[in-house]
Amino acid sequence: MSLAFLIEQLLNGLQFGVMLFLMAAGLTLVFGVMGLINLAHGSLFMIGAFFCSWIGEVSGSFWVGLGGGLLAAALAGAVIEIVVIRRLYDRDHLDQVLATFALILILSEVTRWIFGDQPLYLDVPPLLAGALPLPGGGGYPIYRLAIIVVGLATAYGLYLLITRTRLGMRIRAGESDREMIGALGVDIRTLYTAIFALGAALAGLAGGMVGVLQSVQVGMGEPVLILAFVVIVIGGIGSVKGALVGSILVGLTDTLGRVFLPRLFALMLPTAEATAVGSALASVTIYLLMAAILVWRPRGLFPVGA
Amino acid sequence: MNRGLRSLTLGVAGLLAGLGGAQAEELKIGMITTLSGGGSSLGIDVRDGFLLAVKQAGAGDVEVLVEDDARKPDLAKQIADKFIQRDKVDILTGIIWSNLAMAVVPASVRQGVFYISPNAGPSALAGKGCHENYFNVAWQNDNLHEAMGGYVQSNGFKAPFILAPNYPAGKDALTGFKRYYKGTVSGEIYTKLGQKDYAAEIAQIREAKPDSIFFFLPGGMGIAFMKQYAQSGLDIPVFGPAFSFDQGILKAVGDAALGVKNTSQWSKDIDNPANKAFVDAFQAEYGRLPSLYASQGYDAANLILAAKAKAGGTGDAAAFRAALQEADFASVRGAFKFASNHHPIQDIYVREVVKEGEVLTNKIVGVGLTGHANAYVGDCKM
Repeated sequence: MSLAFLIEQLLNGLQFGVMLFLMAAGLTLVFGVMGLINLAHGSLFMIGAFFCSWIGEVSGSFWVGLGGGLLAAALAGAVIEIVVIRRLYDRDHLDQVLATFALILILSEVTRWIFGDQPLYLDVPPLLAGALPLPGGGGYPIYRLAIIVVGLATAYGLYLLITRTRLGMRIRAGESDREMIGALGVDIRTLYTAIFALGAALAGLAGGMVGVLQSVQVGMGEPVLILAFVVIVIGGIGSVKGALVGSILVGLTDTLGRVFLPRLFALMLPTAEATAVGSALASVTIYLLMAAILVWRPRGLFPVGA
Repeated sequence: MNRGLRSLTLGVAGLLAGLGGAQAEELKIGMITTLSGGGSSLGIDVRDGFLLAVKQAGAGDVEVLVEDDARKPDLAKQIADKFIQRDKVDILTGIIWSNLAMAVVPASVRQGVFYISPNAGPSALAGKGCHENYFNVAWQNDNLHEAMGGYVQSNGFKAPFILAPNYPAGKDALTGFKRYYKGTVSGEIYTKLGQKDYAAEIAQIREAKPDSIFFFLPGGMGIAFMKQYAQSGLDIPVFGPAFSFDQGILKAVGDAALGVKNTSQWSKDIDNPANKAFVDAFQAEYGRLPSLYASQGYDAANLILAAKAKAGGTGDAAAFRAALQEADFASVRGAFKFASNHHPIQDIYVREVVKEGEVLTNKIVGVGLTGHANAYVGDCKM
């Protein structure tokens, strides 16, 4: 096994991780501040991807499309918050799960109705096409590097937003004592809508970027949503820092598990069986990771308000 | 609701047409296929090819009900139960994916319904699990991979890297490839079914330094793989079965597919009258070039119609079965007959992806296997 191979796989894990972070950040903020479980977060990911491809197609520029996808997701998030989510804050989690699950079905059908059943495929923008040579031979797709850069930059931007701005101060205040900041005269309703739209925009950004690598289709958000939940449980629900650490852990574990488990079993079993057993086990590694972390730290790595 | 509406419309159309036709025995066909999600282009083409043949035959006494299985085995099973119990269909057809076929076919044929497969041909249903009411008009799953294994070997490649999804057809694919490729492989991977990101696999290919890549990733999986492969900076010759390089998805794969050799039992440039008529009629009807799947749907319908003409209908099951086995229809593939386990004996061609004007398409560059049946004929005791 060469060094270049290891570097490439680590980058793959990192890329997967930062993509998950963009999803998990919104999910964890919404839970941390509003105490809301939002299953429809995956739909916002999908909305971002669809609008990115559509606006990109119409305008002829991927970048305009990506911006449009982000805005569309933010707008959809704000509308959903005002129309539906706002009524759920005082309800218990089961009602929230039920209502946001209904939102998944509604948003999926509406998207199917507007954009059709067929998956859409986007091309990598020419600026980011091709591969960059890695030390020790081989190369790495520039587009995936760009995702890593955007993801990490967003994480830093979120850090600045939360620690340095007035909005961030309110978010932190909201996390530690919801009633108190209302009593202090902060307009809680607008704050909640803003946070929800922010989370939606991040999901939309992730959707737009991933759509280029994979395909854009109805239901693309739900597999990512499940992983994002694993991430926020690992990181500590409500903690953005936890979401970052958790998503990179999950990204690396999943990628490296998929690569190395079949190889590990190949030492003991014939190739065909080893690949079968290895790939089967690889699909559960992140859940094993989650279980192990919860045994060690029942409230996640960075528990909020502990 | 959309689905229900679609089958209702088709049903009504069938009934209306039936009023004008002769009072022959009605034939009710239930088509379960994938019309939404990542694998939908396959199901849509099978459906369109099938319905084109029914329309051309002017068979007013044939009713086709179509339902979308969304590539979910449980949903496919539910639709099959509904078709058999409520709609009382005589024949089921349409399933694209082998895991869905395994969920539906064995239980259905045991209830006396015929199943004509226009695509999925898992080894389990060709060998020990074969059944007198199950016919596959496309291929046994291993076929195209076997032909490619032989082709890769005879062209002097010594270290192919092979990958396929971890489900019945994926295992059949790699087994089939290795049945005719006798050398060593530089690597072998089973991926998750429906996987969309192949970064980890592409890195493994890079590290293994193979001299060729053979992959079986049908539907959206193959598109994602080829697009990501094109961005990886790797330049190793790619081989595969027709599924990832067929008409329906070449546009999505784009120029990354140019020059790729792929094996297929059908190609639009096979020179026979039935095929020419099919390609022209399909283009005229749907405004696009037919795919391999469309040809399979078309042949499946023509097989059923030919058997119906001969046996009158499924009323006399033994006669209908014998008529199916005779396969007395003009296949778009040319020569066509069934082996004793109800799977085709046919030629498998090697095609190359080329550009005709602005359109990506395939042209035949050689023959992989001639008069090829399958490896499971001996295991099948009917």
